[in-house]
Amino acid sequence: MPDSLTRAVRWDTVVGALLLALLLSFGCVDGFGNALNLSFLLGNTLPIALIALPMTLLVVAGEIDLSVASTAGLSGAVLGRLWNEGLAIETIIPLCLLLGLACGLLNGLLVTRLGLPSLAVTIGTLAAYRGIAQIVLGSDAVTDFPARYLDFASGRVGGSFLPQAFLPFLALLALAVVVLHATPFGRSLFAVGASEEAARFAGIRVKRTKLALFACSGFMSALTGVFWALHYASARYDNATGLELSVVAAVLLGGIDFDGGRGTLGGALAGVFLLGALQNVMSLVNVSAQSQTVVTGVLLVVSVLGPRAARQIGGVRRSV
Amino acid sequence: MTHPPDPGPAPVLALKGVSKSFGAVHALRDVCLELLPGEVHALAGENGAGKSTLIKTLAGVHRPDAGQVLLDGEPVVFHGPGDARDAGIAVIYQEPTLFPDLSIAENIFMGRQPKRALGRIDHRATRAATAALMKRLGVGLDPGRPARGLSIADQQIVEIAKALSFDARVLIMDEPTAALTGSEVARLFGVVRTLSAQGAAVLFVSHRLDEIFQICRRVTTLRDGARIADEPLAGMTEDDLVRRMVGRDLAALYPKQDATPGEVALSVRRLTREGVFTDVSFEVRRGEIVGLAGLVGAGRTEVARAVFGVDRWDAGEVEVVGRRLPRGAPSTAMAAGLALVPEDRRAQGLVMGMSIERNIGLTGLRTTVTAGLVDRRAERSRSLDWAVRLQVKYARIADAVSTLSGGNQQKVVLAKWLATGPKVLIVDEPTRGIDVGTKAEVHRLLSRLAAEGVAVLMISSDLPEILGMADRVLVMHEGRLTADIPRARATEESVMAAATGRAAV
Repeated sequence: MPDSLTRAVRWDTVVGALLLALLLSFGCVDGFGNALNLSFLLGNTLPIALIALPMTLLVVAGEIDLSVASTAGLSGAVLGRLWNEGLAIETIIPLCLLLGLACGLLNGLLVTRLGLPSLAVTIGTLAAYRGIAQIVLGSDAVTDFPARYLDFASGRVGGSFLPQAFLPFLALLALAVVVLHATPFGRSLFAVGASEEAARFAGIRVKRTKLALFACSGFMSALTGVFWALHYASARYDNATGLELSVVAAVLLGGIDFDGGRGTLGGALAGVFLLGALQNVMSLVNVSAQSQTVVTGVLLVVSVLGPRAARQIGGVRRSV
Repeated sequence: MTHPPDPGPAPVLALKGVSKSFGAVHALRDVCLELLPGEVHALAGENGAGKSTLIKTLAGVHRPDAGQVLLDGEPVVFHGPGDARDAGIAVIYQEPTLFPDLSIAENIFMGRQPKRALGRIDHRATRAATAALMKRLGVGLDPGRPARGLSIADQQIVEIAKALSFDARVLIMDEPTAALTGSEVARLFGVVRTLSAQGAAVLFVSHRLDEIFQICRRVTTLRDGARIADEPLAGMTEDDLVRRMVGRDLAALYPKQDATPGEVALSVRRLTREGVFTDVSFEVRRGEIVGLAGLVGAGRTEVARAVFGVDRWDAGEVEVVGRRLPRGAPSTAMAAGLALVPEDRRAQGLVMGMSIERNIGLTGLRTTVTAGLVDRRAERSRSLDWAVRLQVKYARIADAVSTLSGGNQQKVVLAKWLATGPKVLIVDEPTRGIDVGTKAEVHRLLSRLAAEGVAVLMISSDLPEILGMADRVLVMHEGRLTADIPRARATEESVMAAATGRAAV
């Protein structure tokens, strides 16, 4: 099969095209195209996008972190609690991020030192971290954060539809792209994900690599938790509940192979915004939240099947 | 052994003018083959000569584009492997796939166990039938024993017993000995001789020429999909056979150059990993090829893995060019100049889904870097350079390494490690399952590396390879080093004696 044709049926290309089609067609949906809605769309998708960055790296390396939403919730709960205790927000935020790092490290240590499967470990910590969040904050909702921070988290750049928080995200995205696709570290992730044993025999420090990824995932989840609390001006223990489903669905939809070793951040990003746009449109046409979850679940299954089908069409010659 | 009466019995299974193409590749061209009852027939040829396609055609996996498969002289069409099995054709593959937690008897009668009332499995009858099969084969495997932990040789015997339980009259053995040691091969051959004496026709495929001469009476040689010869082996030499296979005179299979050993490059002292190997000490000097022989399970591979750092050791020390290595740190070992070409190239040597370029590039991620980023141009030129130097046959360097033949995959593994410029190279079964031509190339390469001053430690179960290539032979037995034999005194007898623990030299 000629190179160009192979490339044309690459899964992330499919997603990109699909995304474009959606944007065009949903331009016809009433209220979709206006600046306010677009800024809602981007703002609401940002948490998924932020966590999708480390999740992409993890899945490429053959692991997964399902505790991300709980870590975000815990980070938000700690933010609220410490704010109630009267600490300065400039002190609290770094503490929250450190906490996220610790949560991620714990996941990573359980996976690398004890050799447990990450799926099991992070389902466990998914429950545990959320439980701790509830202990920390109870059923309170903390809303009285400083206006400067709330404004940043929900504000827009000038008069445009672009949320302010989108700019730091773009910087993080660029960083992640470089790390995954251009550094030796990122290159080794593909080897680890495709064949951990061969990676070890090539002198790649597999455990250290995975530990770093989990730590990174915890950190980004905590950052997302802080953003979430400020963006919606509400720190509750159940913030971001179920977000891991959206993140995993988006990443897999973006063509990151669940078995590891394959995928691009471009694809993952397309998956994230495709999912975000879908959720936004469903809200606009008054689809209930429950039905939206059903759609996300179906997408998750489709996204696991999709890349396989695309690869079969594209032929097995393609390599990573 | 019974000999078929003249003027010769009718063939049980035959191919007549069979051709098979895959796209533009002519895998088989007008091939004829006759398998006679009571005869062990060898199928020889380099990788890619069409042996696998021929076997799959006999086994009902492929259907010929032209020509006929004849069973007892009658043309038949196999619509799938089930048809071939029902016709009494059984294939024994290199690596049997048994259910590890089921007993030998259950494995043999999987899905068709004798039943008692209410559909309950009759375990006693299953075992009795298995015991009868084992008796026919002349082996003493306990039918009730789980398959887990059986050696590959015993697993193959179970597969043969299974074939017999289907009343197989034709047994096709596809490189059955690739993973076996000398004594296991002898045992397997005993079974094969028993079977052929009972009238079975056997087709035997092996890259080990000495085995073909040991067990077979006739040989059919394939080259580029065509039959080159069908002749009795009596009176032929290994060189004759190799010439038929490669179509030209092959430079010596073991082109060992004389080398003057220099200073010590690898020094292993009192290395112990509990329960695996004990008190292993040896040195490899620059310019030297040291063979490491022993039976499978003697701990050779385990020592290599520990030295490289993939496994940890419990006591002892390892030095590479005077630098002490920490335990369990392959990256440090690499930096010190150590390279390991592991025994399992598919699982350990290569990332199968990755390109040739990236596989070779994996060992250079620290060196082909500019400002912290992978320098793709440098990576590509490094990979291309080594792929070309080792004459890897590929279409594009960006193709997945899984598209290459076994021999070429092995060259990619070698390229990947030679690209690191190692001072000490450990190769574990460097020529297992690769064809004669590539094998000679690998040997030439190892010899040249040694001449250039690399210290080579070569683990091999192929005794002629060890004797032909090594300046010195270390032998392991049950986790201990039992002999250090200089080239001049190394013979099959002296090595095997040490490997089986009969004598310490």
